[in-house]
Amino acid sequence: MDFIESTPAPAVLATSVNKNGAAAPPKIMLEMRDLTRKFSAFTAVDTLNISITQGEIFALLGPNGAGKTTTIKMLTTLLPPTSGDATINGFSISHNASSVRANIGYVPQMISVDGTLTGYENLLLFAKLYGLPRSERRPRIEESLEFMGLADHARRPVQEYSGGMIRRLEIAQSMMHRPPVLFLDEPTVGLDPIARNLVWQHIIELQKQFGTTILLTTHLMEEADELCDRVAFLSQGKLAAIGTPEELKNSMKDKNATLEDVFIHYASESLDSGTRSTFRTIKQERRTAARVG
Amino acid sequence: MFKFFQKTSVIAEFEIIKVFRDPTEIFTRSVQPALWLLVFGQVFARMRITGNVNYLDFMAPGILAQSALFVSIFYGIAIIWERDLGLTHKFLATPTPRAALVLGKALSAGVRCIPLAVIVYILAVLLGVHIEWSPFDLAGVLLMVLLGSIVFSTFSLIIACLVKTRERFMGVGQLMTMPLFFASNAIYPINLMPGWLQAISRVNPLSYMIDALRDMMTGLPCQFGLPLDFTVIVISAVMLLAIGAVLYKRVIT
Repeated sequence: MDFIESTPAPAVLATSVNKNGAAAPPKIMLEMRDLTRKFSAFTAVDTLNISITQGEIFALLGPNGAGKTTTIKMLTTLLPPTSGDATINGFSISHNASSVRANIGYVPQMISVDGTLTGYENLLLFAKLYGLPRSERRPRIEESLEFMGLADHARRPVQEYSGGMIRRLEIAQSMMHRPPVLFLDEPTVGLDPIARNLVWQHIIELQKQFGTTILLTTHLMEEADELCDRVAFLSQGKLAAIGTPEELKNSMKDKNATLEDVFIHYASESLDSGTRSTFRTIKQERRTAARVG
Repeated sequence: MFKFFQKTSVIAEFEIIKVFRDPTEIFTRSVQPALWLLVFGQVFARMRITGNVNYLDFMAPGILAQSALFVSIFYGIAIIWERDLGLTHKFLATPTPRAALVLGKALSAGVRCIPLAVIVYILAVLLGVHIEWSPFDLAGVLLMVLLGSIVFSTFSLIIACLVKTRERFMGVGQLMTMPLFFASNAIYPINLMPGWLQAISRVNPLSYMIDALRDMMTGLPCQFGLPLDFTVIVISAVMLLAIGAVLYKRVIT
């Protein structure tokens, strides 16, 4: 298969082997079928076809404005697709949005916990919203806090938390109902290397312990390489390449290529035409980084 | 249906926890009604625009409604703030009905108004305003304050979903508050207004809220009648909630 030529048809590698050794289970958890989103004349996401199997950690990569966040917004039912569809655990995002919402957890790029509430209260709020039975709430919250290493800080208001703690709390919050699929939009933006590593560890733990299928976006190629079973590169809303980090690196001419080289290869053509990366998204990203860091 | 009210109460519950965690807001907000009653009211009382009716008796319910209006009408700013934070995204990605999210937020605006209502009552008593103390009247006032706050905070949420930025919202918020207040029977009777203003004040939900409060708080006669007052406010609330539930998700796009 030819990765060097960036033809309109995406380069697809079918085999997917779970990083932790075992062959990936065959069940498809998330499937996009010609998923498309237009903003008037601009096509932000262009006929995406990606399937993700149960228990995979999968990254959407690409420059600002490539369509990563728009894709996540569609998959989390925040934005209706213009055409095409996607299913999550068998439920269509267009026709069965409410079942999709019960099957997913979502951590947006921005801070999504309430600073005036304590860690415990933030989790309780979502435990109630997700409809956990009264008797299960307390043990589930305590278990989650323990799991994320936040048990000692449960009664402190979140505005006193560090950036890494906030991220871990947000992940715990979106996992209150133990969804089969978790979306993480730039989970480590603005974190220092230690906090980032800790977040990675917890993401891997989640996958191991609950078999959660995780779809994330990131600008850190090292992160994608380290964490993900498979990655997909988006360029101007289209799928440019998909495969395991190894496969994509090996497809480069330079045999010592890193995932960053792969990124540059697929992104370079779109660098200055990424008009959709608006002032507002950049502002949001920097603000989040500033708050977290 | 049960689930809907359950989710609504969850949203409201946590909003209420937040209000009482930092009650300074309640005290700073009570300055304004105090000024209206103590300064404006004292001067206007000498003008006898309400004939034989004590002007402060007439005005106190208007100021109570005004406090609720001012708290509620800027509620949209909190919606934009939550959007900027990312909380809205997360709420919308949960299986909570949109209408429950909107009603929960609106109820919490109503709860913010209750301490203000208590403060207006205390000021009114100190100023010698005649107060109806029957539990039925008190409960009615409480209900009307909650319903009125739901109307105006949901209206505010709708504006927030349409304008989407804080700067624009502040502009529009200022633009709406004063006309709503002046085109109502809060500080002068409708029959003193010129014809065109009378027409506007008759389609202004605030006039109906005040009309009902006047009857239940100070025992002055209703102009429109309590059943009509409550009907107008409830219908306005339901209509605005329905629109708000549809528009709420637009705040994030």
